[in-house]
Amino acid sequence: MVENSNFDMRVKFGQKYFDSPVFTASGCAGSGKELSQFFPLTELGAVVTKSIALKPRSGRATPRMAETPSGMLNSIGLQGPGIDQFLEDDIPWLVANQARVIVSISGESVDDYASLARRLRVVPGLSGIEVNISCPNVENRGLVFACDPVASREVIEAVRRNIGGELPIIAKLSPDVTDIVQIAGEVISAGADALALINTLLGMVIDIDKQRPKLAGKTGGLSGPAIRPVAVRAIYQVHSAFKNTPILGMGGVSCGKDALEMIFAGASAVSIGTANFGNPTAAIKVKKEIRELLLERGFNSISEAVGVAHNE
Amino acid sequence: MTGINRKAQQRSVEIISNKKVGAYHHMVFAVGDMATFAKPGNFVAISVGGSNSSMILRRAFAIYRSSDRGQYGGTIELVVAPHGQGSKWLTSLEIHDHVDMVGPLGVSFGIPAQPVSALLVGGGYGSAPLFGLAEVLKERGCRVDMILGASIAGKIYAPLEGKRSVNSLTVTTEDGSTGSKGKVTDVMPELIEKYKTEIIYSCGPMPMLAAVDSIAEQFGIMHQCAVEESMACGIGVCMTCVLPVKDENGVIKMTRSCIDGPVMDGSRVIWSSNRQIPEGTWGA
Repeated sequence: MVENSNFDMRVKFGQKYFDSPVFTASGCAGSGKELSQFFPLTELGAVVTKSIALKPRSGRATPRMAETPSGMLNSIGLQGPGIDQFLEDDIPWLVANQARVIVSISGESVDDYASLARRLRVVPGLSGIEVNISCPNVENRGLVFACDPVASREVIEAVRRNIGGELPIIAKLSPDVTDIVQIAGEVISAGADALALINTLLGMVIDIDKQRPKLAGKTGGLSGPAIRPVAVRAIYQVHSAFKNTPILGMGGVSCGKDALEMIFAGASAVSIGTANFGNPTAAIKVKKEIRELLLERGFNSISEAVGVAHNE
Repeated sequence: MTGINRKAQQRSVEIISNKKVGAYHHMVFAVGDMATFAKPGNFVAISVGGSNSSMILRRAFAIYRSSDRGQYGGTIELVVAPHGQGSKWLTSLEIHDHVDMVGPLGVSFGIPAQPVSALLVGGGYGSAPLFGLAEVLKERGCRVDMILGASIAGKIYAPLEGKRSVNSLTVTTEDGSTGSKGKVTDVMPELIEKYKTEIIYSCGPMPMLAAVDSIAEQFGIMHQCAVEESMACGIGVCMTCVLPVKDENGVIKMTRSCIDGPVMDGSRVIWSSNRQIPEGTWGA
């Protein structure tokens, strides 16, 4: 066991510092209350909330879930109470419990994102906005903004114009594109302070007894360790092109070694998603192991380790 | 929101017994003080497949019985049907093996304040949590009648010690291999009239719960059911185990069976929602 009380775990997105490099991934931490039974949320860099829309959303019908080898498909469809009730119920509780909060937002149009940003700019206690432009569980694939460079740019510009001030904008991108570096370039030049890489990949499971797709929504987002190499690749490619833009890495992180791969590829921090489902204390485990593994390798801070896989 | 699993804990627990009973395995785990807080209707979620498993999701099991003191300290007992890869792995484990368990989870059965006449209806291994419930109801002075149904005799789970906690036990099988031939709902009306049932509790497959609920409605009897939807997390964060349920204001919402259930008021569940969001659902 290596001891070094000076090990620096801080990460910075835009103008905001976070004390831990481990976050929860959007849609994988409930309202925060559910996980707080198992560890104090102050251990996290921040809780990234479920992606919230302007209006309530029922989400998709069930079955919504299929376990796959080292992963799962989900087809939740952004179920949520809408921004009004969310600001009334979820945010005050998180703030009162000293959790750092990054609100994830999801819209069906550029105007939706602009309206959501205007609502959030006056909310006290927030530490950032994640702009989810890449949820695969929407009826119309044309609504996956992150598949289109122009649409991606327009959404981030709209959020930038309306959020003002100090809140960092984190754009969440989809790996289901030909060139993720191009999309990253568009959102960075539109004003994104950081990138969340990656959202789930679109997948399908067929029930061979019923001879139909297993999910009621037919397709779902693939997550878990199965997609980790895709995430590491995306982080590596984007970091290679945009060294100064911090990346929040995610996609199958369940232990410290997984996190190190992402950090070495270019992530400044990691989010825990599907691993929360199998292990409610996964975030604590990852945080502890990141520190131990980096110390063993002679690093004194997270920032020293970011992107070292790119070194000649 | 009804509860946030305030008493839930995650710990490595030891298997102290694993016995095949008919189509199922009866398994006992030494769980320490996790047992203290377990109530009938609660469940546990167990990691399966070992540390290098490609099965990343926990499996949820209704608690059959719990005891907070004994030779092994606190124990939780489960009745496991080895259906899928995860439950087959679990039932293949041996005494002294350890598993990672989270529990107790979910909303338990509501217990009436007054002694009433209760009818407990279980399908297959769904009978498991009903025996613990029967004991609690008996302690409160309730009359407890039980109906257990399954497709075949081997899928009826009715151990001797369980039978002691009920006033009457009626068994039905679809093939008639034991008890009366047919479904649990075939015998319900007669028993309800005979024993003047005031509350119905049920646990089993969803089509059975739906059928039980329509009889409860017909007789105007309160019905608490433990619903069964496939779960990814069991702790309320993944939003996969939802089903359409009316809230106290009559608004239909996609509601988590893990944390707002599994025990629900049957009259509030929208049963006819196969692979669709019912019309009028909030946010649809």
